[in-house]
Order: sequence, then C-alpha cells, then structure tokens
Amino acid sequence: MNSIILRTGTVFILPLLLLVSVVILLRGHNEPGGGFVGGLTAATAMLLHMLAFGPKEARKLLPIGPEAMIGVGLLLALFSGIPAMFAGLPAFKALWTDFEPVQGVKFSTPLIFDVGVYLTVAGVVILIIFSIAEYRGHRAIDAQHASDARAREEAS
Amino acid sequence: MTAQLLASLPLLVPMTGLVLCLVFWRWVALQRGVMVGVALSLSATAVALLLRTTGGEVLAVRLGDWPAPMAITLVVDQTAAIMVLLTAVVAVACTLFSLGGIDRTREHSAYYALLCGLFAAVCGAFTTNDLFNLYVWFEVMLMSSFVLLSLGGRRAQIEGAIKYVTLNLISSTLFLAAIGLTYAMLGTLNMADMAERLAAAENPGQFTPVAAIFLVAFAIKSASFPFFYWLPASYHTPPSVISAVFAGLLTKVGIYVMIRFFGLMFPASHPDAGMIYHIILWLGGFSMVTGVLSAAAQMEIRRILSVHIISQIGYMLMGLGIAGSALHRAANDGDPGGVLAGAAALALAGTIFHIAHNMVVKVNLFLVAGTVERICGSGDLNRIGGLYAARPGLAALFLIPALSLAGIPVLSGFWSKFLLVRAGLVAEAYVIIGVSLFVSVLTLFSMIKIWIYAFWKPAPENAEPHNPDRDPTVGPMRWQYAGSLFLTCVTILIGVFANQAIRAARIGADQLIEPRAYLDAAMDRAGEPASADPASAGEGVAR
Amino acid sequence: MHLLMAITVGMMYATGLYMMLRRSIVKLLIGLVLLSHGSNLLIFTAAGLSEGNPPLIRPGEDGMVGPHTDPLPGALILTAIVISFAILAFACVLVKRGYEEVGTDDQNAMNTTDQ
Repeated sequence: MNSIILRTGTVFILPLLLLVSVVILLRGHNEPGGGFVGGLTAATAMLLHMLAFGPKEARKLLPIGPEAMIGVGLLLALFSGIPAMFAGLPAFKALWTDFEPVQGVKFSTPLIFDVGVYLTVAGVVILIIFSIAEYRGHRAIDAQHASDARAREEAS
Repeated sequence: MTAQLLASLPLLVPMTGLVLCLVFWRWVALQRGVMVGVALSLSATAVALLLRTTGGEVLAVRLGDWPAPMAITLVVDQTAAIMVLLTAVVAVACTLFSLGGIDRTREHSAYYALLCGLFAAVCGAFTTNDLFNLYVWFEVMLMSSFVLLSLGGRRAQIEGAIKYVTLNLISSTLFLAAIGLTYAMLGTLNMADMAERLAAAENPGQFTPVAAIFLVAFAIKSASFPFFYWLPASYHTPPSVISAVFAGLLTKVGIYVMIRFFGLMFPASHPDAGMIYHIILWLGGFSMVTGVLSAAAQMEIRRILSVHIISQIGYMLMGLGIAGSALHRAANDGDPGGVLAGAAALALAGTIFHIAHNMVVKVNLFLVAGTVERICGSGDLNRIGGLYAARPGLAALFLIPALSLAGIPVLSGFWSKFLLVRAGLVAEAYVIIGVSLFVSVLTLFSMIKIWIYAFWKPAPENAEPHNPDRDPTVGPMRWQYAGSLFLTCVTILIGVFANQAIRAARIGADQLIEPRAYLDAAMDRAGEPASADPASAGEGVAR
Repeated sequence: MHLLMAITVGMMYATGLYMMLRRSIVKLLIGLVLLSHGSNLLIFTAAGLSEGNPPLIRPGEDGMVGPHTDPLPGALILTAIVISFAILAFACVLVKRGYEEVGTDDQNAMNTTDQ
C-alpha cells in the first residue's frame, strides 16, 4: 500500500501502540488487560507497519524472528513454573516479591508468565501475518526450498 | 523424587523440548539433539512412574497449588503410566527413524518442535483430570498434527489435511458444547468431582444425553465406526514417520479418554450404564468389520495399514463394552462367585494390553512401510516386489509385527486377543467374540497380502531403478532400521514377558473398575498416597 | 434472554451446518467458524446469564460482594476463542493452498486421496 498519510501516521502511531501494549501487559494482573491482549496490540502495531511499508521492512523492525519470539515466550512461561518447584510447592504456584520494578506492579512469577504469554502471542500473530503476506504461491516456495537445500549442501 | 514433580514430568519434558526446539530455530543439529534428549528422558520418567504406581499408588499434582476441585489436576495411575511409557517408546522409535528418514526441508520447518508439541499434548491428555484441560490438549494435538500433516504441501497432503481438519474440528466443537452443558449441569469440570456428584445425584440419567455428545466427539477422535472417514483419507499422505506417529498415538488417545470418561461417569450402578456400554459394543463390532473389509480392498501398503487402525480400534471398544456390560449385569442381576466381575477386569486388562501392543506394532509397520517406499520408490503393491531376496533383514522386521498384529502366539498381539476372547467367553458375549476371531483371520489375510506382493513376488519388470542410499535430501538408512529394530524388540519382549505385562494391565484395570484411589488423589483428600511420601509433605500437600 | 440466546445458538449451529454441507470450501470454512462460535455462546448461555453483575472486585473491597456472574465460563470461552483463532488462521492458509493446488474451491474435485 502506498499512501503517504498511512506511512507518516505509522511512524507516530507505532511507538504509541507498543507503549500501550506494555501498559496493558503490566496492569493485567489486577485490572482488565494482560499478556494476551498486550501481545495482540503489539502484533497490531507490526501489522500496521507491514501495511504501510511492506513485510520486508517490517521484518527489519524485529530484533529476533517471530519463531524465536515464540520460543523465548514459551521459555519464560515455562520457567515461571519452576521456582515453585524448588520451594517444594507444585509447579506453577504463584510466588510474589515486594520488589516493584514499576510503580504498583510487584515482581512475581505470574508477571514472568504474562511476559511469556505476551511474547508468544505477539510472535504467533506476527508469524501468521507474515506467512500470509509473504506467501507467493507454492511453486516459488518450492524453488526457495530447493535453493536453500543446495546452499546448505555446498556449505557442508 | 517427589510425587508431584514426577507426576508433572510427562508434561514438562516434551514442553521443554518444544521450547528449546523453537529457541534453536536456526540450528537443526541442536534440535535433533533436543529430540533425542526428550525421547530418552520421557522414557526414564515413564519407567519411574510405572514403578511408582505398580503398588496401587496414584500420583497427583494440582498445578498452581489451587484447592482440589478447582485446580487442573494431573493424575497418574497405573493405566496412565503404561500409556505414557508407550508414548515414550513411540517417541524413541520415531526419533531414531526421523534422523534418517525425514527430509532436510521438513527439519528446517519446525518438524522437531511440532513433534515435541504432539508428544506433550498426548502425555497431557493421558494424565489430566480436568475436562477442559483435556479439550486444550486435544486442540494442541490437533494443531501440531494439522501442521505435520500438511508440511510440504503436495496436493494429496492438502486434500487429506482439509478432510482431517474439518472432521476433527467438528469433533472439537461437539466436545466443547458438551463441556458447556456439563458445567451447567454439574457445576464442575474436574472429572473426579463430576463422577462423585453424578453418583450422588438424584436423577443421574439427566447427564446421559450429554454423555452421548461426548461419545460422538470421542468416537470421531478415535476413528471408530461410523465416524472414521477422515482417517483413510489423510493418514497415507504425509511421510511415513509422521503417519506412524499419528497411527500410534492420536486414535489411541481417543480410546483412552473414552475408557477414563465412561469408567468414571458410568459405573455399574448408573441406570444407563447398560445402554451406553451396549452402544460401545456395537460400535466396536462394526469398526472391526468395516476396517478389515476395506483393508482387503486396498492395494497400497500404507492405505492397508491405515484402515487396519479402524479395525484395531474396534477391538479396544469391544473390550470396554464387554467390561462395562458385565459389570452392569453383575450389579443388576447379582454375580455369584464374582465371575462377571472377574471377566470385566480381564476385558479391561485386555483393552489396556491391546492399546499398548497396538501402539508398538502399528508404528513399527508404518515405519517399515516407509523404508519399503524409500527402497522401491512406491508403496503400490502392484509395482514393487522382490524385497525378501534383496533385503531379508527388512523382511524379518516386517514379518514379526505383522504376525503380532494378526495375533500369532507368543507375540504380543496374541496375548491381548487371548485376554479379550477369554473375558468375552466368561461374560457370554459370544457374537462379538465370533466377529473378533473372524476379523483376526482377515487381518492375517491382509498382512499375508503385503508379504506376498512386496516381499515374496519377484520385482516387476518395469520397476524403475532407484538407489535409496544415495538420496541427498534425507539421512542415512541405518537410522530407519534402528527405529524398526527397537520396536520389534519391544514387541518380542512384551510377548516373552507377557506375564509381567498382563499383571501391570490387570492392576490398571482394577484401578479403573474401583477408582477410589484415583478419586481420592484427584480430589486431594486426607490420607492420599502422595502424603505418605515424606519429601512431598510440605505445605503443598498438608492441609 | 435465555430464550433469545438459545435461538441464536440454534441458528448459528443450523447456519454453520448448512454452510458445511455446501460444496465450496470457503463456505466450509465459514461453517466451521459459525459452529465454533455457536459452541462458545452455548457455554455462555448454559452456564447462566445475569445482567449487570460483572465478577469484579471493586476498589476498597476485600472480595466479591453481592451477586455476581460465574467468571469461569468467560475464562473457558476466552481459551476456546484463542484456540479456534489459531486453528482457523491455519485453516485459511490451508484453503488458499488447496485452491492453488487443485485450481477450484469445489470439494468434489478434492477426491484424489479417497480412491
């Protein structure tokens, strides 16, 4: 899409959307919000950028690939269940500390879990959006795979 | 090791594997290592669980330490432990086979991560005690299998995947609707709590229509008659190791859940138990016959094996049906000498044994079929042949599980059918026993057909020359043989140590019939076996 | 209200099933969407409806006060929506791929695996 209004607007709206998504994530435990909604909002920001500048530019914006985002997110979510096991409690029992990284948000295992959910949801949705947007028909994909395989063959 | 940690490990191990595979997205060699690690540690966990539960102890963990009926509870009794062990065996074999038999393109498209996800979902479905959690595991299983099925995207795969997706989604929708109705009716989704509330209910018959919806949903999942159409349309389309995992695990989860659900909700005292188990018996009979007859009409190895899954599902349903009907008759008409109760325990033990045996054998046959297809370039029986002369080792690897599937003595399949038939004779279910013996003969016919066409008959003149060992897109063949060899050894071991295996199945069956320990563990009541473990007697268990 | 919801759920199931029986594969997908949303509404309705009683703890109070809706069905539905979202996203791509492979969205043309 080649619209100057959308492009200009996106530059301002994108950071705002990401900020809102983090706010939604952090207030999530006691008030409406949470990792899932936050992740969706973050993915919407990426979607907007992709619509304005195309999937190639949007990929450059991500520090890590969406697959790795899912992986790290799940890792955090899984990890949040482990401290309880060391304390002799069943896995995923919520543990709270008094440390507040942000005013009003206590550092706790549910917070870690929520951040994991945030990353996973954002990663999944971005992955879905990318794979639909970058889809060029299966023949192109097959050719890509063949050339990838050749490149690996030569590398090894 | 504490009971709680042990009970959550079948879930945590493959989940960790899934996460690591995603984190190591770019490094396939690391993903292979993770997969091997998952398979081995899952096996170790399963063996530990099996040893722990043999004495009748039931392990339970309430995730998040919420109080009993609210928490998602993972409960492991002997039956669940056996199922987790078999899942681990399948995981080991399929990992070995994948190292040689899966192409590099799939390995780069999250193949191992999806496989880990599938194993996690299967283990979750085997251990969970919460109905909605079960739904979630079904969906995770479904999602991983959808992607595994359509990975690669040939036309046949896409067509198969569309049918698979549609029918399985209908099943999930029915399951979800039934969960909603259950919650409205009983106010709980914890299966143990549901069972107790139903037993105390004034009019338990109200729940029967909802149970019928559950029955349909589980029957679609387990591909039993008349809901099996998705299976022959899709199972032969992906690479053989993926069909092998599906064949070994997915339908068996449906059957296991059926046993667990109806065993808890419809004990012999329930007024509608007789009707429910009678329906299951009929479904089993028709599944056996339709499956084996359609297999007789097929001419491609993996299609034959796929439809045979349906007929084997019939045997498992038959066991459940015989057991339930016998218990119901014993409760209503009296049971002098405990003959009927004994028959029911035997039938359930036979069912558990049959599921275990079938997982091993079916996966092995699909793996061998994959090796045959790799060697000959096709699985069409008319276009291949001469394998006995060319590869006698492979012929042996096929013959042993094939004969075991048909129920030839000493091999594992004989014992499970022996248990089922004996239980049927005692319970006087003569018709279904006759049907099952007839189906057994036809199974042997199908296996002999593959044997004659693929192995004995000389290779056809126009067979294109094909060198399987020089295929650059896949790994070396020896890993494929290793997977098959491992499963063949397991088949023989189950047959030789049948006594021990039957004893384990019998303990599981007794726990299913008299679920007191299971209910106590799931509801976290005082005196639960887990609190006998001094290491776990922290705040988590003490009230 | 219950009656209205029951009729809505019934209509969604009926429309969904009708769509699934059509030959077009896109309509099959729409049918699946309607069925899964119908199930979500069914849970919502079956678990009991009450008006204006959100299960929220108000500021300054220690727990839930007065009558409130059961929050569990909401949680169940949310999970089910997330799951069906993922599966339907996948199914969309699958349908698109199927259309490219087969060249039509007629299900009757997709019979090569049944022979």
